[in-house]
This record gives sequence, structure tokens and C-alpha cells, in this order.
Amino acid sequence: MKVQIDSKLCQGHGRCYDLAPDLFGEDDEGYATLTALTADGNVPEGREGDTRLAAANCPESAVLVFEEALK
Amino acid sequence: MSSQTVVVVGSSVGGVRAAQALRREGFAGRIVLVGEESAEPYDKPPLSKQYLAGEWALDRLALLTPEATAAADLELRLGVAAVRLDVAASQVVLADGTTLDYDHVVIATGATARPSPWHAGSGVHVIRTLADVDGLRADLAAGGPVVVVGGGVIGAEAAATIRTLGHEVVMVDPLATPLARLVGPEVGRPLEELHRRRGVDTRFGVGVEGIDGSAGNLTVRLTDGAVLSAATVLVGIGAVPNDAWLADSGLLIDNGVVCDRYCRAVDSDRVWAVGDVARWQDPRYPAEVRVEHWTNAVEQGAAVAHNIVHADDLQPYSPLEYVWSDQYDWKLQIVGHAARGGRFEVVGDLSVDPAKGAVLYSDDDGLLTGVVAVNWPKPLVTGRRALNAGAADFEEFVAQMRALFAKVSAPAAP
Ligand SMILES: Cc1cc2nc3c(=O)[nH]c(=O)nc-3n(C[C@H](O)[C@H](O)[C@H](O)COP(=O)(O)OP(=O)(O)OC[C@H]3O[C@@H](n4cnc5c(N)ncnc54)[C@H](O)[C@@H]3O)c2cc1C
Ligand code: SF4
Repeated sequence: MKVQIDSKLCQGHGRCYDLAPDLFGEDDEGYATLTALTADGNVPEGREGDTRLAAANCPESAVLVFEEALK
Repeated sequence: MSSQTVVVVGSSVGGVRAAQALRREGFAGRIVLVGEESAEPYDKPPLSKQYLAGEWALDRLALLTPEATAAADLELRLGVAAVRLDVAASQVVLADGTTLDYDHVVIATGATARPSPWHAGSGVHVIRTLADVDGLRADLAAGGPVVVVGGGVIGAEAAATIRTLGHEVVMVDPLATPLARLVGPEVGRPLEELHRRRGVDTRFGVGVEGIDGSAGNLTVRLTDGAVLSAATVLVGIGAVPNDAWLADSGLLIDNGVVCDRYCRAVDSDRVWAVGDVARWQDPRYPAEVRVEHWTNAVEQGAAVAHNIVHADDLQPYSPLEYVWSDQYDWKLQIVGHAARGGRFEVVGDLSVDPAKGAVLYSDDDGLLTGVVAVNWPKPLVTGRRALNAGAADFEEFVAQMRALFAKVSAPAAP
């Protein structure tokens, strides 16, 4: 699974980094960033659920999740 | 639970997110999502913002991608309303005469815009569904002045959007300032000033007596004697829960589905409610509450999913209230209780263009109770954590926010 933050959409509701603080971080103003774990855009194995949780809670659909093609 | 069925009734944010949360909680049975509207599940907040403005097409409002529907293995039954709940038989009856047997049912039928009590021939609109907004946009396309009745979130947002589209706009509300149910005049006044600077004629403290005429040629009579001409009128005076279909279910229905602290209907342990239609017993409050905010629908969906899957570990639902609103270049974020706070401090400045700042609220014991942030998310997220942790010292929080503000507003080093 892959993940990105669309910083043009992000309004800093802070749902993603409150719910999955190791996968998403915040900048000085409160907008979302990726973290060391997600910086390359890859979701660590086993953390798909938390990534989906963050995406489901983002009011701006700014957490972009790319599901792997279903086998 | 792999042979069980959960039927979710209502296909907007509460229903969709509850269904997805069931899978995250490990529910392996069948999930059927029933929705009255035939459109693919869509999100409501952009209806008064980007969709009304014509900036976003419908696909930007989608709550589910085909991949997400497949990943959560959801069975969608769209374009058919649930008309009855038979609690004894554990069945949802649909408008096409078919029935769905359930082990658990999640009621997520949301709310409807409170209809206009003033009846004109045509040209008087509300905003709640896609169809509402499409109808409004069709009338707006003919041009002409617009009267917006109601200065709450939806009225004020729509006034901003319609003004930005180039219409003359008058906004009328019997309360003293915009968003008065959520924030006090310390935020409402600068917000009203913003509307005025952008060219909206605001009439707060004034009610509507009647609306006559038809689309393109309406008159709105106000309680102060003023008479306004409008081509189109938008009425944004609140919402009422969609609970009429449950009238003969035997469930206790009173301004929503009345639930216990686990968001379970008080009369049946297989019936749950989420979002705008749910009125539940939040342990913090003496009476049941109903909340019409987006994050509440999502969080309540997650809470209900947990409680359905983990019957041996029921969790009471007691969220921190959060709502946002976008008007012109204001991104307003409200967490906790702002209007009811005893004292407040302003950090930054809401009266300048562009505004950036926050209003922080405290109770009589010197504890933080709420934060309103404008174009500055940091105090909101910091405040939310402090409120979640509980008993945050107000003076300390104010000092912390002032320091942060000094840092982000300092001119860049040469
Ligand atoms: C224009 C607008 C702007 C908003 N902006 C914001 C904002 O900026 N910030 C914020 O926090 N909140 C905002 N909100 C509030 C937020 O969108 C709602 O709290 C949220 O949509 C509630 O979700 P829900 O799923 O409970 O109900 P709803 O969104 O009302 O959805 C209910 C769904 O159930 C369906 N349904 C109803 N009856 C039946 C039936 N009998 N059978 C089958 N299906 C049925 C409906 O068709 C609908 O799809 C806004 C709301 C509106 C209308
Ligand atoms: S939840 Fe969405 S809008 Fe909020 S900070 Fe995260 S990405 Fe940004």
C-alpha cells in the first residue's frame, strides 16, 4: 500500500497525525507531513489498517491511499 | 462472526465510515449499505463550498473509491430507501418491497434541512443533498440578487460562496452574530465584518416575516419592516433528523434515535445509531445529545463498529466536539466549547485581512474548555490534545499559544 499527503488539500484538521502519530506528522503550522516511516510513500507492512483509518478520518480527503491491486 | 449480517441504513459519511470501520475491527460477515439516493456515496461539507461554487465536480465528493468498496467488501443497495424497521423479526424493509435480515443494524439516516416555513411559488431553496444544490445552482445561473435566511454554518458558508460567484447577497438572521450557536461575538463580529467587507449586506438581529412571489421575482419581508427583492432565496435554518421511517418500529424516537452510552438503541441491543440521527447518552452530560458535525459521524461510526464486534468490551462514546467552516479565505476550526466558556483570550488578530489567530476559552476554574482557530491549525490540534488529556491550565495554554504565534508571525530572518 502507498500513501501521500496532498498538501494543497490539507487544512490541518490534525485527524491523521492524532490517530496514527508514527505514520503522519505535523509541521510548525499544524499541517500534515509524512514521517520517517512513510517518507518514501510506502506504508509499512501491517500498518494498512491505521493508514485507512487516517484516510477515513481526514475531512479533506487529503490522505491519499493507494490500495495494491487486488489479487 | 463470519456468518452474521450487518445492515447499515444511510450511505453518507456516518454509514460509509461505520461500514469501513467494521472491517477494520475484523468483522468478517456480510455488510449491506442501503442508501435512499441513487448517487454513489458522497460527502456533504463541499455542498455549501466547492460544489456550490462550481469548483469541484461530483467525483471530488466521493466517499468511496471502487477500490475502497472492494477492500471493505461492501454490498451497496443504492437508490432504495428503508421504509420500516421490524425489530422483532430483525428485518429492514425497503421501498421496493424487499427485506434484509440483520444480526445488527446501524441507523445512519442523518438529517434533512429544516423546510422553509415561508411558502413562495418557487425559487426558495435549502441545502442538504446533491439534488438540493443542483436545483439552487440552476436558479442562481439565471442571475439576480439572493437572500440567505440563516447565519449558521450552512447559511454563512453559502452566503460567502454565492457572493464570491458575483451575486448581490443579503444575509438575515434573528440572532446577533453569525454562527451564534457555536461561537460568541468575539468571533462572530469579525466574521460578520468579513462578510461586509466582501460585499454581503448583513441583517443580524432581524427575522423573516414572509416570502412571496416566485423564482426570479421574490420579496422577503423582515420583522423590522424592511422588504428585500430577490431572484433566489436560500433558507438555512437547521436540520431535523431522518427518523420518521422508524415511527412504528417500537424504538424510542425523540429528536433522533435515543441510544445508551454505547450508541445502542435503548430498546434493542442489535440496533445502533451514528451521525446526525443519533441521540445518545454521552456520559459527560445529563441528557442525551445529538451532534451534527462531520467528525462526530466518523468517530461515532468507529465507536459503534467497535461495540458491535467486541460485545465483551463495550466502550462508551464521549467525543470531543469538533467542527470547521470555510468562508472566503477564513478556515475556521472549533474544538470543545467556545460559546459557553466563562473567559476568553484572543491570540493574533481576526480583524485583519487575511486573518490569523485563535480565541481560547476557559471555565471558572481556570481550565481550558475550547479553542476557535482561524487560518492557524496549530492551536486547534494542540488544544484538542490538551482537552483530551483533561484539566489543562488555561493561563499556561495561553502563554504557549502566544509564544507559538510570535514564532510563526515573526518576519523571516534576513
Ligand atoms: C451543506 C453542508 C455543509 C456542511 N459542512 C460541514 C463542515 O464544514 N464541517 C462539519 O463538521 N460538518 C459539516 N456539515 C455536517 C456534516 O456533513 C454532517 O454532520 C454529516 O453529513 C452527517 O453524516 P450522516 O451520515 O450522519 O448523515 P447525512 O449526511 O445526512 O446522510 C444520511 C444519508 O442517509 C440517507 N437516508 C436518509 N433516509 C434514508 C432511508 N430511510 N433509507 C435509506 N437511506 C436514507 C440519505 O440519503 C443520506 O445519504 C455540513 C452539512 C451540510 C449539509
Ligand atoms: S486529517 Fe487531513 S486535513 Fe487534517 S492534517 Fe491530516 S491530511 Fe491534513
